[in-house]
Amino acid sequence: MSAQRAQARTTDWGPDAAARARTLLERARWAADEFASFDRAQVDRIVRAVAQAGHDNAARYAEWAVRETGFGVVADKTTKNQACSLGLLARYGDEDHVSARYDADAKILEIPRPAGVVVALTPSTNPISTVYFKVMLALMTRNAIVISPHPAAKAASADAARTLHAAAVAAGAPADVVQVVDEPTIPLVDALITDPGCGVVLATGGTPMVRAAYGSGNPALGVGPGNVPVLVDATADVVAAAKRIVASKAFDNSVLCTNESVLLAEDSIAADLLRALDDAGAHVCDPVERDRLRAWLYPEGRLRTAAIGRDAAWIAEQAGFRIRPGKRVLVAPFERPFEEPLTQEKLCPVLGFHTVADATRGIRLARLLLRWGGRGHSAAIHSRDRAAIMAFGAGVEAMRISVNVGASLGSSGFETNLAPTMTIGTGFVGRSSLGENLEPRHLVQYTRVAYNRDAGVAFDDFAGLQPWTARPTPPAARPAPHDTARPAGASQTPDGRAGRQELDLLREEIRRLVRAELQNALGAHHG
Amino acid sequence: MRDYGFVSYSSRDDFFDRSRAAWNPGKTQFWLDQGVDLVIDRRDGYHLWDADGRRLIDAHLNGGTYSLGHRHPELVAAMNEAMTHYDVGNHHFASVARTALAERLLATCDGSMGKVIFAAGGGEAIDIALKTARHATKRRKIVSIRNAFHGHTGLAVNAGNPRFSRLFLVDEPSQFPQVDFNDLSAMESALRGGDVAAVLLETVPATYGFVMPEPGYLAGVKDLCERYGTVYIADEVQTGLMRTGEMWGIYKAGVVPDILVTSKGTAGGLYPLGAVIVADKVAGWLDEDGFGHISTFGGAELGCIVAMKVLEITGRPQTKATVASIAARLSRGLGDIRSDHPDFFVGIRQNGLVIGLEFDHPVGAQLVMRALYDNGVWAIFSTLDTRVLQFKPGLLMSPELVDDLLERLHTAVGQARDAARVTSGRAA
Ligand SMILES: Cc1ncc(COP(=O)(O)O)c(C=O)c1O
Repeated sequence: MSAQRAQARTTDWGPDAAARARTLLERARWAADEFASFDRAQVDRIVRAVAQAGHDNAARYAEWAVRETGFGVVADKTTKNQACSLGLLARYGDEDHVSARYDADAKILEIPRPAGVVVALTPSTNPISTVYFKVMLALMTRNAIVISPHPAAKAASADAARTLHAAAVAAGAPADVVQVVDEPTIPLVDALITDPGCGVVLATGGTPMVRAAYGSGNPALGVGPGNVPVLVDATADVVAAAKRIVASKAFDNSVLCTNESVLLAEDSIAADLLRALDDAGAHVCDPVERDRLRAWLYPEGRLRTAAIGRDAAWIAEQAGFRIRPGKRVLVAPFERPFEEPLTQEKLCPVLGFHTVADATRGIRLARLLLRWGGRGHSAAIHSRDRAAIMAFGAGVEAMRISVNVGASLGSSGFETNLAPTMTIGTGFVGRSSLGENLEPRHLVQYTRVAYNRDAGVAFDDFAGLQPWTARPTPPAARPAPHDTARPAGASQTPDGRAGRQELDLLREEIRRLVRAELQNALGAHHG
Repeated sequence: MRDYGFVSYSSRDDFFDRSRAAWNPGKTQFWLDQGVDLVIDRRDGYHLWDADGRRLIDAHLNGGTYSLGHRHPELVAAMNEAMTHYDVGNHHFASVARTALAERLLATCDGSMGKVIFAAGGGEAIDIALKTARHATKRRKIVSIRNAFHGHTGLAVNAGNPRFSRLFLVDEPSQFPQVDFNDLSAMESALRGGDVAAVLLETVPATYGFVMPEPGYLAGVKDLCERYGTVYIADEVQTGLMRTGEMWGIYKAGVVPDILVTSKGTAGGLYPLGAVIVADKVAGWLDEDGFGHISTFGGAELGCIVAMKVLEITGRPQTKATVASIAARLSRGLGDIRSDHPDFFVGIRQNGLVIGLEFDHPVGAQLVMRALYDNGVWAIFSTLDTRVLQFKPGLLMSPELVDDLLERLHTAVGQARDAARVTSGRAA
């Protein structure tokens, strides 16, 4: 519908956009169709090859992305690209999202059903790692993927997608299993996400894009923006907290949407914490610097996009002050948290700092900060008070809370045991259907083949059968239709694999039944 | 500062200069002296935006004018729809819109009332009520409460603080005796002579700081009125329309008045309107001389149509339930704030969403108002008791907004408390 709107709205590129989208998606559907009959070993080979190719090119694309977008730090982007290639393989390589599985006790057979075509929108802040991530997840689950990169990162993103595609095809994947849009435009994205050929939209980005994904009429896994509050309470290890927070803010110049935005410090440790932040490599702004920083960073009260992913020294210079070499983060203390631009998302190594009377006030304020922007996303706490940690988790409406760890890599699952991800589900509270970190299993669903619960009706042993090759038994080999109960001695083992002997017994039994049936029929005929 | 099309200003100061010159120098300057340099621009729901784009939660709501929120979409739609067909109408003729609204207003009074007389605002409505009482009783005296506020029109102004009647030499103290609120025996002394036409009472005196009537006080006054043949007029301008959790605060208090006055929120802040709802027994002048009170804009049809929508929304069971939820959450949150600052925040006066907050400092409420303004909330102090802040949240606020408001208040009270220590030189 929306695609038609685009068509009607525009005479020059509109129809072209819809047609291009359809062409891409039609190719993708063929690739997905073919891919859906690949077995575990084939998929495994492809995924390994793609992970290796991603890893081999991690530094090259990191450098390219920084050059093209101006955001971030090459070394950190390299780390992320590695984490989203071989890192994902290490984490998910043993998971099987391909084979059918069955549960004999529940008497349910589950047949995997990939989304088909994943339409993935990728951001400018983490362009390559997100391309890697979404391609890896799509391939692990036998989906084709069409990537529409952020225009500001389109060249590096498209090249990376092609590199991965080449590796996939060389390892046996269907042609065009990975496709990428070279010239992303709003009408084209609109056409891609609204086309009935799109299986699921993976939207990582700003609110309008995520809302558009949910409004597309197609299934969508949309994740909204973050704005991470971090509470350091009086029980925290202040020095450790400061080190972790500075490292997290400095990581890739804060472009991970999980990075800390506003630090709320309990009054009694606030001064110590500021000192520790200074020791750990942060520059704590004085009020004059803070005012200059605010004025430069939020002209008209909105984040200056030119600041995204830039380093602390550059930002300070733009704002009109200098910081000592080696300082990697700007801490901006403010007294009043309300209508304060410094409470907004930053995506650069600037950290708002506000003192709260106690942890209870801190929790309430953290909750408000998320409600103003970033609801459902993530938050962090440094504390040794388990009750405070639980109260923070309950009170602050984030779907993940990083505890005593830097939030950048904590909430994204690289330094916690959360699923490592580039796509942070913001949950119902954040208007998303996804409440977890996106992982492979979210891209495949299962047809559940459920048997009669009655003990008199037997379940079957599906060992040796593949969903994508199984054909009904020819009439000549079928048992008598009225005899549906399983012959004794042929029950499957609890782990779902029937023994070889049992299989032989089963076959023998079937032959016997067929013979008896035939004789009956012949006898009746003769009688 | 801004170009509004019809006018533009180079700066905030330029605007204030021109406002002082062409409009009201005293008022313009007063707020600047208070540290409130607000120029309201955009407004939506329970938010206001200053001309510089700064956002404020509106917890003043002009005394309930915006109880349903600024520019409530259903009201705007009703207004727009009405505009395609109506204008203010002709006040001399029977009108479909006025009659329909009158019927609906009477329906909110459980059959105790008989007629509705319309006005263009609260003051005029109070004047009508007082004239009605004088006609019905053939007496002149009006008893009101010291520090009451009923508007600044001819009669109403005399029922309020003498500052405003003396200013214009319209004070008539002999006709308008005043007594202390919550003092039944003083009330009885005032009525005992049998020469009082009406007692005029705000159900909870707003401008006096929402002083709560003591249990039995309002009913006691009503009993006295009945004993001495005096008309009981309930000024429900700030307490009506569900602000107490019931449609009318006076009925919630178990009192059936002879006359009920409503205004401010009656037409949702989209059109000026007041209404006087009267019992048949005092409505005689409407038969005797229907032209007795003439008001070109009283009961303007556009306003009546919006007002019907206001009544419908306000009367929804969901609205009432939401008010109860908001009131309960505020009551809890205000208690928390008070327990954090017990030496400064000394009183919470609450009846539903009619709320006064009392601070232990001669101008405590002005300090809190100022601190709230800095924290993005607009709430006004009580003109007649500068220790008390009027805190008037909307009927349809979301839980998130209530939390937000409370958190800002918490911060502001702490800051005002620090400021109070400085101004009064008191030790901690
Ligand atoms: C209780 C009360 N009655 C009457 C009035 C007068 O209303 P208006 O200003 O519309 O004349 C007001 C106005 O603030 C009021 O608060």
